[in-house]
Amino acid sequence: MGWLLIAYLGSLGVLFAAAFWRLDPFTADVVRDPGLQNFKTLVENDVYRSITIRTVKIAAAVTLTDAVLAFPIAYYMARIASPRLKGLLVVAILMPLWSSYLVKVYAWRVILQEDGALNWALGPIGLHGPGFGEVAMWLVFSYLWLPYMILPLYAGLERIPDSLLEASGDLGARAGRTFRSVILPLALPAVVAGSIFTFSLTLGDFITPNLVSSVQFIGNVVYANVGVANNLPLASAFATVPVLIMIVYLLVAKRLGAFESL
Amino acid sequence: METRATRIGLRVATLVTLAFIYVPLGVIALYAFNQTRTQRWPISGLTLRWWEKAFHNPGVRDAIVHSVEVALGATAIALVLGTLASLAVQRYRFFGRETVSFLVILPIALPGIVTGMALNATFRTVFEPLGVGFGIFTIMVGHATFCIVVMYNNVLARLRRSARFIEEASMDLGADTWQTFRYVTLPLTRTALLAGGLLAFALSFDEVIVTTFTAGPIKTVPLWILTNLSRPNQLPIVNVVAVGLVILSAIPVYVASRLTQESGILRRR
Repeated sequence: MGWLLIAYLGSLGVLFAAAFWRLDPFTADVVRDPGLQNFKTLVENDVYRSITIRTVKIAAAVTLTDAVLAFPIAYYMARIASPRLKGLLVVAILMPLWSSYLVKVYAWRVILQEDGALNWALGPIGLHGPGFGEVAMWLVFSYLWLPYMILPLYAGLERIPDSLLEASGDLGARAGRTFRSVILPLALPAVVAGSIFTFSLTLGDFITPNLVSSVQFIGNVVYANVGVANNLPLASAFATVPVLIMIVYLLVAKRLGAFESL
Repeated sequence: METRATRIGLRVATLVTLAFIYVPLGVIALYAFNQTRTQRWPISGLTLRWWEKAFHNPGVRDAIVHSVEVALGATAIALVLGTLASLAVQRYRFFGRETVSFLVILPIALPGIVTGMALNATFRTVFEPLGVGFGIFTIMVGHATFCIVVMYNNVLARLRRSARFIEEASMDLGADTWQTFRYVTLPLTRTALLAGGLLAFALSFDEVIVTTFTAGPIKTVPLWILTNLSRPNQLPIVNVVAVGLVILSAIPVYVASRLTQESGILRRR
């Protein structure tokens, strides 16, 4: 166990240290003398700032969309479906969760393209699909991470005892009120648990933005700097941004009791 | 409790969501049998031509071999280390126990690109001077980081559910540690091990992000797809490989989910 843990943590350590190194402008070699210049670049340069904001915004939009989409199906699975149907539905949600990420993005690329299935379906009613861009990205991300939201939410809803809902009804609450005052607060930790995945997975992605849009994400910049530009220090510095965001996110999630729902 | 209207509404919403999840996969499956080379919708007719082409494509064949090697290696590493970690965390109180249970989760909580980059930097600074270049081995290690998590979670869940006293009984009856492990612990966790292994295999087979950072010149199946997406005349073969990938990962996941439907191991015997 030990060596792999050390290798992994060591890697993260090296990465973090590299964020403080810099690139020699003449030789393009990495100079290992610690400084904050990479972070200074990140903060002062408008491009990096707007990329960060865009990435976080889309991650938040995807998380919200998935929470809304997941609720009805999770509720149906948890409280209405028969045990047999429930088992089938869980498998039906699990299979796409584990099946190839790349194939799913590719499928959407084919659907969204100009002469693809979406425009063909929308054409007769006079509409046109979003094409490639931020909307496409939001749609594909929401699609990709939806199962990650459904499963914790389903588990969370299933844990709510029937008696609480009956009590709420007996006390005169209508369905809407019961939903707002009983179900929603009790399901919140599960939603937050699911949102850890939807948020973090969107934050670190660079393949989907590449395939269904020409928009840059944090991941694209990092990837370009590791590979093509060979500027490891800047890439490391930028990669610490999603990590910091995730750490804050996890701390908040922990306070909301999401870890028990994972 | 729920009114009739609510129930019907929820049922419809469930069906719509399921359709949303499965229609894109269905579309790509149809494209794999598309007669023409262009990716227009609706497709013009059905053919098996591309399946044959894909089967004889040397790039595809190499990619499959690499993917299988990597997945087997990563699963093997995860099987050993993940199981040991879960046994340790479940059985013993030791210094840093909480930290271990947090650390094993890190590879899935952190964005894949961070794991990928971190490994890339380390392999470059540590492995390359030792003469180990980027290739099958580095991908294996990269994949093992998240495969361990899957293994660990599966086995830990099973261990928590199975009663500790059976092992104590085994020890009381005079079995030594190894015998207890061989005759009690292993049969108890066997299906969890198998399920975890299958999931780890499927996960490794599909992984792209960590792979792009650790692969060097080697192409796994997802990387092969990624490079060939930009070559229009390769797209029919990409379709076939994509569908093959979905089917190949669906089977282990289906089997694994049947295996872990916890029906009370103790009650069954």
